[in-house]
Formats: sequence, C-alpha cells, structure tokens
Amino acid sequence: MESPSIGSLYQDLILEHYRRPRNQGELPDRTADVHVANPVCGDEIRLQLKIAGGIIEQARFVGSGCSISQASASMMTSLLEGRSLTDAEALAKRFGDMMRGDADAARDRRLGDLRALQGVSKFPVRIKCAMLGFDALRKPLEHNSAISGGP
Amino acid sequence: MSPSTVTVTGSGIDPVAIRRDFPILEQQINGHALAYLDNAATSQKPTAVLAVLDQYYRRDNANVHRGIHELSRRATSAFEDARSRVGRFVGANDPGEVIFTRGTTEAINLMAHGWGLEFLNEGDEILLTTMEHHSNVVPWQLVARRTGAVLKWLELDDEGRLRLEALDRTVNSRTRLVSLTHVSNALGTVNPVADIVRAVRYRSEAVVLIDGAQAVPHLPVDVAALDCDAYAFSGHKMCGPTGIGVLWARRSLLDAMPPFQGGGEMIRIVRRESSTWADLPHKFEAGTPDIAGAIGLGTAVQYLEGIGMSRIARHEREVLHYALDRMSTVRDLRIFGPSDPCERSGVISFTLSDAHPHDIATILDAEGIAIRAGHHCAQLVMRHFGVAATARASFYFYNTTEDVDRLVEGLETVRTVFA
Repeated sequence: MESPSIGSLYQDLILEHYRRPRNQGELPDRTADVHVANPVCGDEIRLQLKIAGGIIEQARFVGSGCSISQASASMMTSLLEGRSLTDAEALAKRFGDMMRGDADAARDRRLGDLRALQGVSKFPVRIKCAMLGFDALRKPLEHNSAISGGP
Repeated sequence: MSPSTVTVTGSGIDPVAIRRDFPILEQQINGHALAYLDNAATSQKPTAVLAVLDQYYRRDNANVHRGIHELSRRATSAFEDARSRVGRFVGANDPGEVIFTRGTTEAINLMAHGWGLEFLNEGDEILLTTMEHHSNVVPWQLVARRTGAVLKWLELDDEGRLRLEALDRTVNSRTRLVSLTHVSNALGTVNPVADIVRAVRYRSEAVVLIDGAQAVPHLPVDVAALDCDAYAFSGHKMCGPTGIGVLWARRSLLDAMPPFQGGGEMIRIVRRESSTWADLPHKFEAGTPDIAGAIGLGTAVQYLEGIGMSRIARHEREVLHYALDRMSTVRDLRIFGPSDPCERSGVISFTLSDAHPHDIATILDAEGIAIRAGHHCAQLVMRHFGVAATARASFYFYNTTEDVDRLVEGLETVRTVFA
C-alpha cells in the first residue's frame, strides 16, 4: 500500500491553528455549552455558542489534545460566527464528506481553513480527532432542528 | 555505533536469530521495516506458539475434563500440563492454586468479587497506589461502593516511584487488602514488592495482591519469594495468545472464597436448591475454558524458558540503557519515571516539546515505528505529572539497538514538523 506522507497531514496551517487557536475562551452569555471527550486519547473540547434567532452570533472553545483536534476546533469556530444553524449543519456535513475522502468536498471553498485537514482522511485512526469539534456542534444543531421541526 | 548494525548484547541474546521466530516483525509498514515498540500493550507471538495453536485445533481439539474419548484425553492432558508449567514458571508448584482467567483484568475482578465482596466490611481499608492501571483501581472502587470499605492510596514521588516511607502511616490494623502493581505500565517503575510485602506483614494482616502483567513477561518472578497472597498476569504480553491469563492465589485464600461464576466445570453435585463446588482450581473456572489459549500460553512459557528470563531481563536492560542515552540527546524530550535505570523496566514514557503524543505516534507510524500514545489506562499517573497523555516506547527481548536508533531518528522528524 502506498503510504500517505506526513507532510500531507501536518500542513503549516494546522500547526499554526494548533499553536495559536482562534476563538479560545468562554462565553459568559452563551446559549449552548457542550463538552465532548475522546476517552481513547483524552482529547477534550468544550464548545460554547451564543445563538439568537437561528444565528450563531459567537463561538468559543476551550480544549486540550492533539494538533488535529485542536486545529479543527479552531478552524470550525472561525467559520461558525455569523452563520445560521442551517448553514452550520451543511458545513458539518460537508466536512464529514471530506473526512470520508470526497474530493469535491476537499475543494469546497466554504470549508475555508478546514480544507487543510483533508489529508486526515488518509489516516483513518485520526479522523475521530478531526471530528471532535463537530461532535460538540451536533448537539446544538439537533436541539435546533428539534425545536424548529426541521430540516 | 552505526545505526545499521545489530549487535549481540552482553546477555548473549542474538536478536537476528530470535527475530526469525517472529515472522510478523519481518514486514514493511508504510514502506519501512517494522520497529515494534508497543510491547507493554501486547507482545508478538513466536512460531512455536502459532504452531501449537494450529496443531491443537487440527489434531487434538475436544472439550476438557468431561470426555472419555481419546481427543478429550489429549486436550485435558495438554491443558493441565500447561497449567502446571505456567504455575512453575512463577514459582507456584501447586497447580490447584493456578486459575486460568481471560487475563489480568479478569484475575483482579475475580479477587474483587470472590474475596473483596465476601470479606470486606464497612470501614475496612483497601490500600492501592496511584501508579495502578485502571484494572487495579476500578474493581476496588466497585467493591468499596458495595461494602463500605475505604480506598487509601500510596502516592508517587517526582520520579514516579512509590513513596514507601508512607507505608508506616497508611498500613494499619484496618488495612484488609493491599493491591499494587509489580511494574508500572505507564512509567516502567519496578516496585520492590518483596520489601513492600514484608512492611505490610509487619503492620497488618492484609491480603496482598500483585498485578504482574508487566513483570512476568520481563523478569524472573517467584511468588513464593515475594511472599504475596495472590498474583495476576496476562498471557498475551508474554508471547502467548490473547484471552488467557492467570490468577495465582494461596490455597487457603481460594478455599475460603465463594465461586466467581457459576456453570459447568465448577460444580461437584447440583441439586434443585443448591450445589457443591468442584475442587481447586476448577471451582473458579466455570464453563469451557480457553483451552487453546492455555496450551498456547504453556508453549509461550516453554519458549521463554528456552531463552531464559535472566537473559531476557539483561537484554532488555541493555536496550533500555541504550535508549535512555540516545533519547537524552533529543532536544525538548521529557522522560517520565525513575532516573536510575536499575529501578525501571523496558518502558519509556515521554513527551516531546509541544507535540501531542498522538501526533508523535502518527509521525512515527509513518516511518514504520509502532509506539503507544495516550493515558495508558493510568490516568492517576498522568494527573500526578500534570499531563493528559504521554508517548510510550516499550521493549521486548526481540528489540534491538537498531530499533532504538530508528525511534530516535523518528523523534527528530517529529521535532522538525513541530519546530
């Protein structure tokens, strides 16, 4: 089997987000607060959102863990602010597609910096790490669709 | 030493010859020769063990202890021979005291159910250490919750050694059980078990249980010399198959304990309301056991005896010394555990600058080097050192200084990526 290269995994952008995570901290006026952890490796993310009128006005996270999990959460929160919950859900789905190796998703400009994580799809044991932030996002999204009856 | 040479160490072990017994080590991983350094998780299996499993299923397979026919006789005899051999390997000469379990975890749970739930009362004290694997923590938490017994802890010092001076204060007449590991899976610390048992005996009548999962594969172990009351270990970390392990315990202790599970094999007479139990060790082995696993473990023991446990320990010590020296040259590398190599086994837990252990393991894997990253089922140890996880390289007798060189080169790559 051709081995995927480490360079394709650890893009500079990932390491940059890992060292200087965006949107780190807590939101005093949060409306959603979700803690997720991967018991296998101990990676943790606590995601806090301020949602009003179906729009994510602010997104913050605190976490600890590997470069992939923390960079992914940093990139994700950067994209969430100002976005509708419906949009956020589409984003999460698109990111999931990219993790499953979907080449179209990996070219989708809507994913922004998250596209730097496309190499993770070649490292199956690390996909969980990249998905951790999106696992945290799932609960507020489900809560929203339960209230609004939809999509 | 040039990285490409493989030397015969002073122990007399020739790794090139030894490695021929382990075909799994010959493969390429991600385009590189495999350097398997995750032996504290599980060891690889020599061809002798693979062959005996195959031969058992091809030629001798039958259920044990019940059949009159030839195959059942063969299976029973091989199964019981394995028990005697595995027992003798750890200095246990009475096969009645050697209970086959699924592994160390089940062995400790057997003690927790059979002894803990039966004999512990409110206010009794269970002494554990913060070095324990979760399998020697959680069963006692469950016992404490149901009996009202209290958990006490022996703490670690800065080098990950037990603070033995605290035994004076922590062991007293209320101490009913002391359960601790022989060798730490997360740090490699080798505990002076015989000294600890002596100190415990002086201050209490506590039962002493030793978790030997990381000791029996690597050191000569003699339960009689240790003077403990029970000793647990796993087959798969010592060249045996997965799914088989051993609880050794004193006959007097096992006689007093009720059965762990009920079923076939473990009874003498079954009546409508109650039953009587089979003799030891069968009283604790309900249902059809892992016959092939036990036979495989017996062969693994024979294989280890053929090399010699003292030689194995010496070879691993030499690889460990070499590794500690080489790894000390890697900048920003922090090694956990005792600084004196004589106080540790072939386990090196480390972190490297701000690279998360999972990232270290991924980068090394890309170069064919298998290590473990995470909390190693020892979150109390991680908390003691204020880290969420470490990377861990762990050696066995088939590892070479070349494997160490590969590891060190890989760590330099990690440094480059995270520089």
